[in-house]
Amino acid sequence: MVRREGKDRLEGLQVPGYDIPDEVKGHVVITTLNRLYNWGRRNSIWPMMFGLACCAIEMIATAASRFDLARFGMEVMRPSPRQADVMIVSGTVTKRMMPLIVRLYNQMPLPKYVIAMGACASGGGPFKEGYNVISGVDKYIPVDVYIPGCPPTPEALLYGLMKLQQKIEKQSLKEVYLQKDEYIPEPVLGPDIMDPRDFPLIREYTMKKLEEMRESAVSSEQ
Amino acid sequence: MTTLVTVPELETRFAGVITPDTRKGYEGYIVDVQHLKDFAKALRDEYGYDYLASLTGVDYLPEDRMEVVYHVYKSTGGPGLVFKVQVPRENPIVPSLVDIYPGANFQEREAWDLLGIRFDGHPNLRRILLWEGFWGHPLRKDWREPYFEEEGKPYSSRWPEGKHFHHEDRNPFGKNVDYPPGFDPYTWEPETADEILYQAVLKRSEIRDDLRTERVVINLGPQHPSTHGVFRMIVTLDGETIVALEPVMGYLHRNHEKIGERNTWIMNIPYTDRLDYISAMANNFGYVLAVEKLMGIQPPERAEYIRVIMAELTRIVNHLWAIGFLLNDLGAFFTPALYAIEERELILDVFEAVTGSRMMNNYFRFGGVARDIPEDAWEKMVELVTDRLPRKVDELDRYLTESELIKSRTIGVGVLTAEEAIALSTSGPVLRASGVPYDVRRADPYSIYDRFDFDVAVRYHGDVYDRYLIRIDEMRQSLRILQQAIRDIPEGPIMAGKPQYQVRVPPGEAYGRVEAPKGELGFYVVSTGKPNPWRYHVRAPSFVNLIALETMCRGHKIADVVTILGSIDIVLGEVDR
Repeated sequence: MVRREGKDRLEGLQVPGYDIPDEVKGHVVITTLNRLYNWGRRNSIWPMMFGLACCAIEMIATAASRFDLARFGMEVMRPSPRQADVMIVSGTVTKRMMPLIVRLYNQMPLPKYVIAMGACASGGGPFKEGYNVISGVDKYIPVDVYIPGCPPTPEALLYGLMKLQQKIEKQSLKEVYLQKDEYIPEPVLGPDIMDPRDFPLIREYTMKKLEEMRESAVSSEQ
Repeated sequence: MTTLVTVPELETRFAGVITPDTRKGYEGYIVDVQHLKDFAKALRDEYGYDYLASLTGVDYLPEDRMEVVYHVYKSTGGPGLVFKVQVPRENPIVPSLVDIYPGANFQEREAWDLLGIRFDGHPNLRRILLWEGFWGHPLRKDWREPYFEEEGKPYSSRWPEGKHFHHEDRNPFGKNVDYPPGFDPYTWEPETADEILYQAVLKRSEIRDDLRTERVVINLGPQHPSTHGVFRMIVTLDGETIVALEPVMGYLHRNHEKIGERNTWIMNIPYTDRLDYISAMANNFGYVLAVEKLMGIQPPERAEYIRVIMAELTRIVNHLWAIGFLLNDLGAFFTPALYAIEERELILDVFEAVTGSRMMNNYFRFGGVARDIPEDAWEKMVELVTDRLPRKVDELDRYLTESELIKSRTIGVGVLTAEEAIALSTSGPVLRASGVPYDVRRADPYSIYDRFDFDVAVRYHGDVYDRYLIRIDEMRQSLRILQQAIRDIPEGPIMAGKPQYQVRVPPGEAYGRVEAPKGELGFYVVSTGKPNPWRYHVRAPSFVNLIALETMCRGHKIADVVTILGSIDIVLGEVDR
């Protein structure tokens, strides 16, 4: 188990404040159900095997022997979203890919987490101004941990995953179990990407634009 | 450096049809649109220019015309030839060259997609990087992206006294979107429905024979563990045999060229890193060659050697990765890849010490390199190149080459003949594994590659096994080049002139091509003398190599698709750009 000092320290299993006799200290742990449950959960996060761009290469390097994700119980990369706990969005999210990412996210079982790895997934990164790039995956799906870097080094990814472990540790069982699965409507590709929730706004905007165009045409004729 | 020629004989034979391009800084011929096909046919059949390297369009907005630029080479080596056709901007139509150079296929589709140039006679002229129904052709100079700010950088909002703002705050949706006027999402009907695509692929595989069996359409990707990124294939099967295959790409299209045309010249160097992100410095190389050709500068001797060292180390990194992941695709999940990644990490350590970054090196500059190699990194690299890597390449060879797992799955699979390989414009290991000893380092030497003693690796069967073997061969040749470079490297400056932020690039065009690990990487740049490139086009090797995928796969089993794709070694950053 990872033991670190200061505010990044992950909690141990033992709840402090209970005195355990010395002779059974190696065999007995007094803890809460919450803590036991989260302890198991945070040490067996299965990421989805899902690479988008350059960051995916660093993600693979993290899973390889030098950095070794297995130390954190995260080496089980699952190609299917149905078996994954965390989606590492590793790379530039394009408009063309966005509907599929939302679909994958919807297919993941609860509790699910999303890590935005790298500058592109967090906010568009160097490609933000591009016409086909989403300014951060959090425009469509909720994100738990953002990892800066272009691409983040494997150490940075590990740090991000440890942050996720800390987040999991702080969640209560009740919160996790009663969580409702929120279905996120898939964006559609029209003349540009469209979020179905934005449809009224889109119509309002385009009609206004059309009116402005007509007005300017009329005024230029006069 | 990439050289182009003019053939005087052509001018007399095609008098009236072709005119030499006399604009300042331009080369080659301007061909009359009506006679383009005759000219191309004569070039291919009579003059031996059988290899179409690059095809792209340029939008000359002030002159109100579109230009399509073709770079052709001889597959036996030597300098190339460039010719262009000019058409009006309004409804540009150019005859398609797909039946003369089948390798024009995807490149013409790309020009249609991004520039709106229609290629008459193209068998499948659909959008390739964007989706059907996208609003406009983004690389046209008058097309503006939703986050449009100014025509070129540096933007006044950032420099010299600008105040940064979030583009989202200025967009009514808070997102990177814009819609045409009068567009109604409620009455809109999608044009890009997957069913239409599936039907088209199914229709293409219709064969009239006595025994009619049902065809099955299978979709692979874009989220699939063996597609090496977000690549998608639509495969039509007869039983388990592939009868038609349609690659679908664009899931990582991040507008490299549009951003590149807004950037200043030097700003593009870090972007090139992100093209083929496994071999970043090979991309730097191609771009600086093209711009240096325009600027007419020559890097000092030591910088040339450092460039070659870095490019060859990058090649080794790339081939290690390619072999590791080819084995992944064959079912030897991750163990061979771990062996390969171990060596890659050691080379990346050298990169990090030299350039400051593991992957995105941003190391080359116009007229040199960013900084010299530090002492300890040099020692580490010498140890790697002279001792460790030769041993490890032999080890990989020993473990893998005779393995039954590899042999039974790869020999005779995905065969591409030499004629097909040339016609389909494949390059790099794919072309050389088919028995064509074409390596840009030899055929059209750039930088100082003419000084080194190395063999062009070539294999003759054109199957997956040969494409695997050729990567082992190439790593050995790269090590040979590296050992010579380490021996011969002189002391001296690493940069011609002073490093500068804003370089002055005289008007003109240039095509810089290098032998990147995946094949011929070309950069076509057009300058108007302004701080930003007017046109910045990337001829990406894995994008063009994918044209051959269907030819390689047809007649094989569905399980072999993954292997064949792995043997082409694509990287999506480069395919989609």
